[in-house]
Amino acid sequence: MKIIVPIKQVPETAAVKMDEKTGTMVREGVEAIINPLDLYGLELAIELREKFGGEVTALSMGPPKAETALREAMAMGCDRGVLLSDKAFAGADTWATSYTLATAIGKLGEFDLIICGERATDGDTGQVGPAIASFLGLPVATYISKFEERREGAVRVHRLVEDGYEVLDVRLPCVLTVVKEVSNPRLPTLGGKIKARQSEIPVWTAASIGADPEKLGLKGSPTRVVKIHKPKVSRQCTKMAASDEASADKAVEALVEFLDKRDLI
Amino acid sequence: MNWEGVWILAEQRGGRVQRISHELLTRGRELADKRGGKLTALLLGRAVEQADLDELIARGADRVLLVEDEALENFRPEPYMQVCRRMIEKYRPEIIIAGATSLGRTLMPFLAVQVNAGLTADCTILDIEPETGNLLQTRPAIGGNILATIKTPEARPQMATVRPQSTRPAAKQAGRRGEIVRETAAGVDLSSGVALVRFVGNEDAVNISDARKVVAGGHGFRTSEKFRMVYELAELMQAAVGGSRDAVDRAWITYPHQVGLSGKTVTPGLYIAIGISGAIQHLAGMQTAETIVAINNDPEAMIFNVADFGIVGDLNEIVPRLIARLKERRKAAR
Repeated sequence: MKIIVPIKQVPETAAVKMDEKTGTMVREGVEAIINPLDLYGLELAIELREKFGGEVTALSMGPPKAETALREAMAMGCDRGVLLSDKAFAGADTWATSYTLATAIGKLGEFDLIICGERATDGDTGQVGPAIASFLGLPVATYISKFEERREGAVRVHRLVEDGYEVLDVRLPCVLTVVKEVSNPRLPTLGGKIKARQSEIPVWTAASIGADPEKLGLKGSPTRVVKIHKPKVSRQCTKMAASDEASADKAVEALVEFLDKRDLI
Repeated sequence: MNWEGVWILAEQRGGRVQRISHELLTRGRELADKRGGKLTALLLGRAVEQADLDELIARGADRVLLVEDEALENFRPEPYMQVCRRMIEKYRPEIIIAGATSLGRTLMPFLAVQVNAGLTADCTILDIEPETGNLLQTRPAIGGNILATIKTPEARPQMATVRPQSTRPAAKQAGRRGEIVRETAAGVDLSSGVALVRFVGNEDAVNISDARKVVAGGHGFRTSEKFRMVYELAELMQAAVGGSRDAVDRAWITYPHQVGLSGKTVTPGLYIAIGISGAIQHLAGMQTAETIVAINNDPEAMIFNVADFGIVGDLNEIVPRLIARLKERRKAAR
């Protein structure tokens, strides 16, 4: 199976700090990692290659330093990495991002599967996977929690929905977006790291993928961020200590009263 | 022809209109009134109950656009997209909002590409900019640490999804009038590369993304036996059960119940976090809940920073008392 895994380099969420004054993110000193939800997609892709043969390509759009994310993906076991980096890509919303990724995927040659993480932990939209499918005219199945089997010209997968899961047959080639349950990401091996370090990672630009400049970056993005602000912390926590039986009784009574007042029990 | 009017994308399952549709009517009505336009509910399905269609009007829709076909019984991205695209091209709505559900979050990006629309996910606030009439879409990002306000200055339609439970369903108004327009899917390509083999329902009927109340437990419970208290409390509160990543990793509860960055994001009316310290990854999944209650033995736990009411103490002392107290109330109410 030939599999493509689009990945994103994101700031480590646990380390994100907010500038109290400006309400913006402090990026300095924050480690950049592979979007944690992409790891499940990478792992599934590598497992499928181990089972059925083929090759796994990790693809990322980002600044030059996003190359490290691709090397990490290769250290896990991806066969190759391709970086999409160009000033023209900057400021892209999900529409322009998907357009760029889809155009690059068109240059990668034949493939069976595109596997995406459900969403990225920074932008948190979950829109890029389905949008890539739309640009490429492919079927898409989101929230995949299990890969059951490969069938004739299709894959059988489980899709997690609100009240259960759907068992679906999705015709190949297609796009899957996966959730955590789909796999247990492996750690990079030493051999993998060495191989990753020695590999060439080609950098593709707007010109090399033959993209329409009108559809790239900020220029190609229908949406605009007009304001970033800090959520107002309007919550006034009523905190009660329950250190002994009497205070526990009192705290529980106060909680019940609190919920009652808000019509929550 | 200008782009005008506000649309909501109603959802049905098995021919019955889902609650999210009524929540969207609340949002849509507000926007349509501010903008001075009609509110339309677009609904795709097969053999939808007439009473449910009338209810969409009673709850605020001026028009229901109904497209029924066998191929539209269950959601599949391509036929749903094709039909929506046809309707958008015919009627040219200015704004389309959908639920941030498994359907909405799949269909909307798939559709937005085809109609060259701007799309914003998971909005918590929607408003109209007075000077321009543009839709202002505010959403949490970076794990809820910031709020970003986004607009689509030129492209039309302006599309957005909103989280289930982030607003109340619109109230029914007796005697409210509207029209039901039946549209045909004839001539639209309804083929799909996705085939439903079977559906497997959850063992527990309540699911956390749609629940009005969620009781969630974490690391603090120490054992799966003790974690059962979460279920007992949830049952008494008529709430869905949630778990932190830790609780799921320890197999005290299954993954569909996981709240947080690698699980689900919920916006219920009430979220009770017990024995959950409130790592940023967990907060990202629940801090937009309307009311948050935290029970934790560490007074410095991050969870108290987002809580409206907190009890600092041993959950083994507090939860059984709360359960007993709620049982008493239940008995008294009978």
